[in-house]
Amino acid sequence: METMILFAPLLGALIAGFGWRLIGDRGAMWVSTGLLFLSCIFSWIVFLTFDGTTETISILRWIESGSLSTDWAIRLDRLTAIMLIVITTVSALVHLYSFGYMAHDENFRENESYRPRFFAYLSFFTFAMLMLVTADNLVQMFFGWEGVGLASYLLIGFYYRKPSANAAAIKAFVVNRVGDFGFALGIFAIFFLTDSINFDDIFAAAPELAETQLTFLWTSWNAAELVAFLLFIGAMGKSAQLFLHTWLPDAMEGPTPVSALIHAATMVTAGVFLVCRMSPIMEFAPNAMTFVTFLGAATAFFAATVGLVQNDIKRVIAYSTCSQLGYMFVAAGVGVYSVAMFHLFTHAFFKAMLFLGAGSVIHGMHHEQDMRNYGGLRKKLPYTFYAMLIGTLAITGVGIPLTGWIGFAGFASKDAVIESAYAGTAGGFAFWSLVIAALFTSFYSWRLMFLTFWGSPRGDKHTHDHAHESPMTMLVPLGVLALGAVFAGAIWYSSFFGKTNEVVKFFGGTYGEPTQELVEQVAERSPKASELHYVMESAPGEAAIYIRPENTILHEAHYVPTWVKLSPFVAMVIGFVVAVWFYILNPAMPGRLAENQRPLYLFLLNKWYFDEIYDAIFVQPAKALGRLLWRRGDGDVIDGSINGVAMGIIPFFTRLAGRAQSGYIFTYAFTMVIGIVVLITWMTLAGGAN
Amino acid sequence: MIGLEHYLTVAAALFVIGIFGLFLNRKNVIILLMSIELMLLAVNINLVAFSSFLGDLVGQVFTLFVLTVAAAEAAIGLAILVCFFRNRGTIAVEDVNVMKG
Repeated sequence: METMILFAPLLGALIAGFGWRLIGDRGAMWVSTGLLFLSCIFSWIVFLTFDGTTETISILRWIESGSLSTDWAIRLDRLTAIMLIVITTVSALVHLYSFGYMAHDENFRENESYRPRFFAYLSFFTFAMLMLVTADNLVQMFFGWEGVGLASYLLIGFYYRKPSANAAAIKAFVVNRVGDFGFALGIFAIFFLTDSINFDDIFAAAPELAETQLTFLWTSWNAAELVAFLLFIGAMGKSAQLFLHTWLPDAMEGPTPVSALIHAATMVTAGVFLVCRMSPIMEFAPNAMTFVTFLGAATAFFAATVGLVQNDIKRVIAYSTCSQLGYMFVAAGVGVYSVAMFHLFTHAFFKAMLFLGAGSVIHGMHHEQDMRNYGGLRKKLPYTFYAMLIGTLAITGVGIPLTGWIGFAGFASKDAVIESAYAGTAGGFAFWSLVIAALFTSFYSWRLMFLTFWGSPRGDKHTHDHAHESPMTMLVPLGVLALGAVFAGAIWYSSFFGKTNEVVKFFGGTYGEPTQELVEQVAERSPKASELHYVMESAPGEAAIYIRPENTILHEAHYVPTWVKLSPFVAMVIGFVVAVWFYILNPAMPGRLAENQRPLYLFLLNKWYFDEIYDAIFVQPAKALGRLLWRRGDGDVIDGSINGVAMGIIPFFTRLAGRAQSGYIFTYAFTMVIGIVVLITWMTLAGGAN
Repeated sequence: MIGLEHYLTVAAALFVIGIFGLFLNRKNVIILLMSIELMLLAVNINLVAFSSFLGDLVGQVFTLFVLTVAAAEAAIGLAILVCFFRNRGTIAVEDVNVMKG
């Protein structure tokens, strides 16, 4: 069954991609969608019947080279099971949604067949992503990692007649290469250190790595720290963390279903998955983890500030995604991997829904994406409105404070992240930036809602008159995802962020009593959390995630001060109130504020000038170098030498050779005889025959 | 006593005369053919001389073959000459330089 989950999307991609001429457009769409729903149903069966023990399902022998011996295998544990349902559910719904969204597209000519290609790419992406999460070893994971990168490239550049889409696709690809370079180096380092790329061997060797020193870039590093850091560089690229985030907003050039599937729910969370998957190594790399926490918090804050002022509906959600990914990394960075996975899980539902909702609005508004031209769409798009409302309630984290879990999905997971951040950094930078980011999140999410659905219609009157609700194929996925966005948090709260023993059990580990010493330490650090009953006892790699016994953040997070527990809720309310004030009560306010604080506004509107800085530092020098190599290197040196040889030297010699051709038989005969004479003389002198 | 060397010397002399006839001759193509014939005969003398000297008849049989082939070659050569004369109106060696580079 696991094999079916994995290969059904590949089969769908192959049939839709290569066989659509035989089975037609609609046939290709139905086949790929049907296979994905099959895969999705199987994934849910696997997830719900899974008992937590790690299984390995071998598919084929893969690489045998020297000491490198690797199977192509599925590693089925709790992490994989979670990712399976996230990927296949969102992907199946996005396939269905694309029936409506891709029905007509002005980017393609009449009678041009683009839909089978789109579905084939989507299915191929799903296959690569499944490959990534089911990987049993790092190289297989890298295969999936690059596969999703390729699919992302193809889908961002799907509207290949738009130069901006092509540029965005290339940008995404190139920026990801930077991260992938780090990931590849990490794999090399692991193979160098442990002589294996299989997860079981790597995890077993993790405690040893923490004791090993490694020289890299003329400096001596702790091996675990270095490996963790390099792997995180890879995660940064894929998950669009600060400094490598620039590709994600541009990736919105792709069709909206793609943004929902790849750039919100699945591919961009691959980095978080990687960090959680490598938790046995991460646990032994405290400094690298501090870096992860810091960068995650910085990203969450940065992206939220930029999201405040963007006008393109998809870009707002894109920055929101970037920011939420920062949350996940903070949770992973402080060592609460289960919470990182929890936020990943709930985020997949509500963010995919927000994107699909935005797609529905865009579809209804004839591909208008600027929110300044929306307004008052509540009546025109009622179902979309309710879906987006649920998504907004979920992402801003609406729920009953202090209960922990009674609320929308985002409430449970985001509060868990913020509480963990407080416990993990003793109320430091990460905690505060997450709370402020939560305020901003609330503001920009409601801003999006108010600008789109409230107020009076702005922009082109004709477009507003013809705004229409989307077909059922687009509304059904929204409804299903809405279920997830409402209930996913409450249902799985205790599995991801319950008591330590519950979480450990969910992830297939064993728990045991903590040492007296540890209990005292925890009690000293946070007196309220003195009742530490259980810690994780499994060795690294036995369970899906690994938490060292000394890592009690998961426990302590439940006992943070009350004001900390209330802080995300308060931030959410403030953000909401400010948004109401700005966009309902006093709509002139934002314009005046932007006028008064013009430098700040421009700074945010231009995304902290990251693109401009990168353009000056990397792109222009690279272009200059390219031009130099092109004009001087290629043009002058290579072309010049080839032209010189072909047009100067060779004709010179041909003229010489031509002059030797007299045309008289006797000259040739003479030359031959002389030649023979010389040859015989030489042979005789050199004693040839002997 | 006439030994093997004498035959070989005569053959060598004939061969060299043939060669010189080939490339010193600037007048007539027929003389070229005759020179080639001369060289073949020199080779034949060599073959017969060795055959007789070594007591092996194969050399003399081979000579007969060479004579046959030489006759055929002379016929073809003359035929080419006739054709050439028809086309160009001359068989002077100076004018046969179509292959000039």
